[in-house]
Amino acid sequence: MQRHLKTAWHHIRRYPYQTSAAVLIMTLTFFVISAFTFIILGSSKIISFFESKPQVTAFFREETKQENIDALKDQLNATGKVAAIRFVSKQEAIELYTQQNKDDPLLLEFVTADILPASLEISTVKIDDLSGISEMLKQSPFVENVIFQKDVVSTLTAWTSAIRKIGVALIAGLSLVSIFIMATIIGIKISHKKEEIEIMRLIGATSWYVRWPFLFEGVFYAVLGAFLGWFVASGVLLYATPFLSTFLQGVPLLPVPPLFLLGLLGVEFLFAIILSIFSSFLAVLRYLK
Amino acid sequence: MIRLDKVSKTFSAGSTALSDISLNVEKGEFVFLVGPTGSGKTTVFRLLIRQMLPSKGSIVVGGWDILKLPHRKLPNLRKKIGVVFQDLKLLFDRTVFENIMLPLEVVGVRQEEAKKRVGEVMSQVGISNHRNKFPIQLSGGELQRTAIARALALSPDILLADEPTGNLDPATSNEIVKLLSEINKKGTTIVMATHNVEVVNKFAKRVVALDKGRLTKDEKKGKYAAAS
Repeated sequence: MQRHLKTAWHHIRRYPYQTSAAVLIMTLTFFVISAFTFIILGSSKIISFFESKPQVTAFFREETKQENIDALKDQLNATGKVAAIRFVSKQEAIELYTQQNKDDPLLLEFVTADILPASLEISTVKIDDLSGISEMLKQSPFVENVIFQKDVVSTLTAWTSAIRKIGVALIAGLSLVSIFIMATIIGIKISHKKEEIEIMRLIGATSWYVRWPFLFEGVFYAVLGAFLGWFVASGVLLYATPFLSTFLQGVPLLPVPPLFLLGLLGVEFLFAIILSIFSSFLAVLRYLK
Repeated sequence: MIRLDKVSKTFSAGSTALSDISLNVEKGEFVFLVGPTGSGKTTVFRLLIRQMLPSKGSIVVGGWDILKLPHRKLPNLRKKIGVVFQDLKLLFDRTVFENIMLPLEVVGVRQEEAKKRVGEVMSQVGISNHRNKFPIQLSGGELQRTAIARALALSPDILLADEPTGNLDPATSNEIVKLLSEINKKGTTIVMATHNVEVVNKFAKRVVALDKGRLTKDEKKGKYAAAS
């Protein structure tokens, strides 16, 4: 095995331009894989975060009594679509208002607990159930107004879905391009070594003796490319973390745990090895008949 | 050791390289396979190492039936036959030592053992002082010796030498054939293809002559006349 590794290393060093081309295409592929993994997993977390937040807020009329509110809560719980309900009393509402506008005394001056209505903040298990709950609340004689964030989450979900599709298509396309480029590069190397391979066969080399170095060569390109692609994408993410943290305030997403990054590298190494063995084999079968 | 029975070889273009050749070479024999260029000498060698298959007839080499030999067993056959190719087939980007080491690497001999064996064959063929030279730095005779050393590395039962004196001066040619004779004395069966009249007549070994793909002569301690 050491001999095959030595021969593979010899092939790699001998043709620096071809080696660079193979490593670069692999780096690009794995950069895209890493970047889209960050985007897709990140956006899923953002959606989950919004989905877990109260989605529908129902404001009660002034004269509504506590038992009416409790009855409505029971009615909502009975649907089985509700994940959580939080009652916000008039007093809590004014405290929240004061907290949010503490730097603007003018706004605080004219607002009292009597003006702000009591409300219910309701989150659903599924985002699709929001409309039904909203309609149900609107029909209640005690509810004055209903607001919900369905549009925001729906837009986010649509974007994530589109990004996921683009990501999968791009990764599939780049993987295919990588396979063909790697197979071509290894094929060219096999052609360069045609005479040497013929001599080796004539003096008793088995097919596998000839194949191994080319398989190792492919694995080297892919693993190095995977590492570089991951390294660049992770570097960009870590560099952008302070800015993104400010932008996504409240979403428990950043900083990305190092263990997750290492896990991703492991998965990418595995994918790289599979990809390279496939492309090297393609070249070996095509050019080493 | 080598048996060809009514062997013919016709190429797809229609030209006939060998016609109905029958030949028996015993273990430990030294045979000159003579004939003019294009007489079929190299074709015989290519058939013996199954670089190609005969169109008709049967070939047995060292107990292996060439026609029935499965493809995966081909390396086993080739390890038993050392070949000095007409164009030598040395790797010009490897040193003399590395070229001779190649067959040992191919069969997976341990590094230390392989190095020892390379040292032995280099000394046997007299090129110990060229160990780290590249083929381009060697003379014709030294290149032939390197090719012979590589063929001997695996201690083969049979050594096939295709025109090993082809481009050499008479003195060097004699040295090469002497070397092959010494190897033969140690028990290796040798078949040497040549059209070098002087060498064949000087060493008085068995002579098998081919002409236009046909076997025209088979004599023990024979002579070779270029016109025959």
